[in-house]
Amino acid sequence: MEEKLLEINHLKSYFFTRKGVSPAVDDVSLAVPKGKIVGIVGESGCGKSMTAKSIMDLLKYPGRIVEGEILLDGKDLTKLSARERRRVRGEDVSMIFQEPMTSLNPVVKVGKQVREAILTHQKVDRAEAKRRVLEVFRQVGISEPEKRYECYPHELSGGLRQRVMIAMAMVCRPKLMIADEPTTALDVTIEAQILKLIKTLCETTGMSCLLISHNLGVIAQMCDYVYVMYAGKIVEQGDVFTLFDHPRHPYTQGLLASIIHLDEQRERLSTIPGMVPNLMHLPEGCAFCNRCGQAMDCCRTKKPELYDLGGGHAFRCFLPGESEASHA
Amino acid sequence: MREEKKVLLRCEHLVKEFPVDRKRAVHAVSDISLEIYEGECLALVGESGCGKSTLGRTLIQLHEPTSGKVFFRDAEISAMKPAQFAQYRRQMQMIFQDPYASLDPRMTVRDIIAEPLVTHKVCESKEAVTARVLELMDAVGVPREFLYRYPHQFSGGQRQRIGIARAVALNPSLVICDEPVSALDVSVQSQVLNLLKDIQANYGLTYLFISHDLSVVRFISNRVCVMFLGKICEIGDSETIYRDPVHPYTKFLMNAIPIANPHLREQEKTLLEGEIPSPIDPPKGCRFHTRCPYATDRCRAEEPALREVKGRQVACHLV
Amino acid sequence: MPKKSNPLQDDFRTEMAAEREALAAQLGESDTFGDKMRRLASDNKLAVFSGILIVIFILMAVFAPLLTPYDFDEMDLMARLAPPSAKHLLGTDELGRDVLTRLLYGARVSLAVGVIPTVFSMLIGVVLGMVSGYVGGMTDAVIMRLADVVLSFPSLLLAMVIMYTLGDGITSIFIALAITNWASVARVVRSETLSLRETEYVEAARSMGVKDMVIIFRHILPNCIPSLIVLFTLNVPSAILSESSLSFLGIGVQLPKSSWGLMVNMGRTYLYNAPWLSLVPSAAIMLVVLAFNFLGDGLRDVLDPHLKNS
Repeated sequence: MEEKLLEINHLKSYFFTRKGVSPAVDDVSLAVPKGKIVGIVGESGCGKSMTAKSIMDLLKYPGRIVEGEILLDGKDLTKLSARERRRVRGEDVSMIFQEPMTSLNPVVKVGKQVREAILTHQKVDRAEAKRRVLEVFRQVGISEPEKRYECYPHELSGGLRQRVMIAMAMVCRPKLMIADEPTTALDVTIEAQILKLIKTLCETTGMSCLLISHNLGVIAQMCDYVYVMYAGKIVEQGDVFTLFDHPRHPYTQGLLASIIHLDEQRERLSTIPGMVPNLMHLPEGCAFCNRCGQAMDCCRTKKPELYDLGGGHAFRCFLPGESEASHA
Repeated sequence: MREEKKVLLRCEHLVKEFPVDRKRAVHAVSDISLEIYEGECLALVGESGCGKSTLGRTLIQLHEPTSGKVFFRDAEISAMKPAQFAQYRRQMQMIFQDPYASLDPRMTVRDIIAEPLVTHKVCESKEAVTARVLELMDAVGVPREFLYRYPHQFSGGQRQRIGIARAVALNPSLVICDEPVSALDVSVQSQVLNLLKDIQANYGLTYLFISHDLSVVRFISNRVCVMFLGKICEIGDSETIYRDPVHPYTKFLMNAIPIANPHLREQEKTLLEGEIPSPIDPPKGCRFHTRCPYATDRCRAEEPALREVKGRQVACHLV
Repeated sequence: MPKKSNPLQDDFRTEMAAEREALAAQLGESDTFGDKMRRLASDNKLAVFSGILIVIFILMAVFAPLLTPYDFDEMDLMARLAPPSAKHLLGTDELGRDVLTRLLYGARVSLAVGVIPTVFSMLIGVVLGMVSGYVGGMTDAVIMRLADVVLSFPSLLLAMVIMYTLGDGITSIFIALAITNWASVARVVRSETLSLRETEYVEAARSMGVKDMVIIFRHILPNCIPSLIVLFTLNVPSAILSESSLSFLGIGVQLPKSSWGLMVNMGRTYLYNAPWLSLVPSAAIMLVVLAFNFLGDGLRDVLDPHLKNS
């Protein structure tokens, strides 16, 4: 087994609202090995972003981590003091967000914003910090870095802004980068550039990446290992080839079946019926039972556990593990 | 192939510019001529800022064209006075991108779907309106008991269905779908796409489908029009274009889509360099030449015209 | 329309299953005003209490002569500045007039001054603001410059000028306050309209061919209501206070008539030896102001469909 950089064990992050408790992250365990790209895929509200925010200590009231541990290099982040956590955040772990426009302060020059990231975490003088910023700008493929350093966010295009965000995340040479839907707001041709950049950065610096996306294409192109989340739980996990070639959970199968392939003309798309459930009114049994074509009686009453198929592949379902016939 | 197809909507040399200040303007749509045939689904594809949404809105006169003509069947709607145009307005409806923003949060589902009916006074009584609304709710799969609910009580996919019901309420001939599924989750997206296809067949609609997502377009459209910076790059049957894209931009666009197959990821992709140029000051010559790796001096100087290549129209000097 | 059994509908039903019961009660009924009030009553006790308080104040103002044995200008020079007692529940003022009586009569003026000019200033502000925001261009420029002029003028001074022109009297106060207050309302409504005009549902309405006037009243006005309620609850107290300033300067309500603002100001002189003179009307103003605020908050919540049974 590879060395794990990040290990999350039985993490539960709940939102305590007036109307009830919403289990946004419900008993999630996952691991990110050193130097690998691990993906979390799921639909809106499945808890993938909340998992990331729990790691970064960014959960907002009324949400908080209820239990579980988040181990980074063996150190439990949930047990650290606020000061320690602040240090980890940004220095060891950094995050890039979906919307590069709102993640940057519109009235501060981008170079200065990236420089701030260094100055908060490391004791270097301003000139040195600026030199490092320009170096990172070059590394993330920003052309004419000196000129861009003096730009305000609105003067940059969406793709460049996302590059600045990545530069800001990279500038302290983190061990782990969390990318929450990094390309969703970008055009396809720009998306391809940014994805390639993230991959190259991971390969050249040995950094790990936790990539969160709803786009199975992005996941397939980027990740080594994939977790599929549904209604706050991990429903299937496995390495990228196993998962895409032999999906076992009906939800994963449904997601993969609804992808439109460019090389074939189809009359109808296969769909997963129904909607993503409201976390506050989850069915008693398996959260997916209402939408599942293969649901059995036990699915409606009992919550399934992760069923280990070996080789790191596991899925959360009652479907008999032995009978491979139904989805060969 | 397609002959004897009746043209539903046609535009000639359509130009739409938005003034930025006294001297400059955003060249959103530059000299576009195209036809939409009855019963088809024509997709406008392109990246943000390519003018596809503006073109859609200008075609149905939501924006006044800067110059050029738009014909609906044989009537020149771009030259009409508002009163005269009113009867054509109901023939052209629109489905919007954001299901959270396109429904008035203070209106019930009934009032939202009834709005076009009430506006054009097609029903005689309130009861008739409600009956028609219920009929439409059946058609798009919104259960009748949600008649008096408010939009925020629905999920994105359900709201989009309400938007679709509103758009088809007047039995229009043409529906402009502006990115109707891009805000939806993957699993819901395919439900709505299937619904759009069913509705098109059941109501005999013509779609102008605006999208940045080539896979969605692949499923829904018969014909594709690829746009870049206010110009048409390539237009033709989807089958033809998807099988063998000719324009360099179309090729790059298709190449850039992340394919959901991890076995294909080691293939070295050629990616498009650089960013999309500003539509305020578009490049001279071929507008794509600043990003095109094959650009020649001719591309930088002379604007390519659309011409027939391998069964579709392409605007490129090199093919 | 060819209609098969619709599998799509089942999707909704499963998702909404949890809300089924609440739903059944609603079947085929729209959300009436009565429903809204019932929700208000069950969700927000404070707002209901505030509403009742306001009604009580109004009733007291209307039936003032029946509630007190004294006349509002009846002087008892033997009992000047008498502290609260069984005879004079809230004491008497420097001329021996019963404070409770003056408070009740004063409520007539103060409540009227709080509500009536505010309603008018809001009407003017809403219409001008919506037109300004929706039409734009020259119209917008003219209306907004006019608003700037009103806002840049000290409002008390403007009110005084108007009062001097129109002469004393309650109607003049109404007009003066309505004219000085519309501009801030128009500003707020204009900016709301500007953002609402860009929403997709307004564009959707335009694409359907809905007339501009209808769009303004159907889509824009209802969506301005939350801010309008807040504005109203802020403007009522400020109007009550403006009236007191005008009265204090001798151009508002004239003695021996009373208003709360006037009472506060007259009592200031005796703050040390007869504090009730100022404190009682102050407390009344505070109660009414708070009541309007709480009621406004409650109303805003029930009228907002987002918060409805979600």
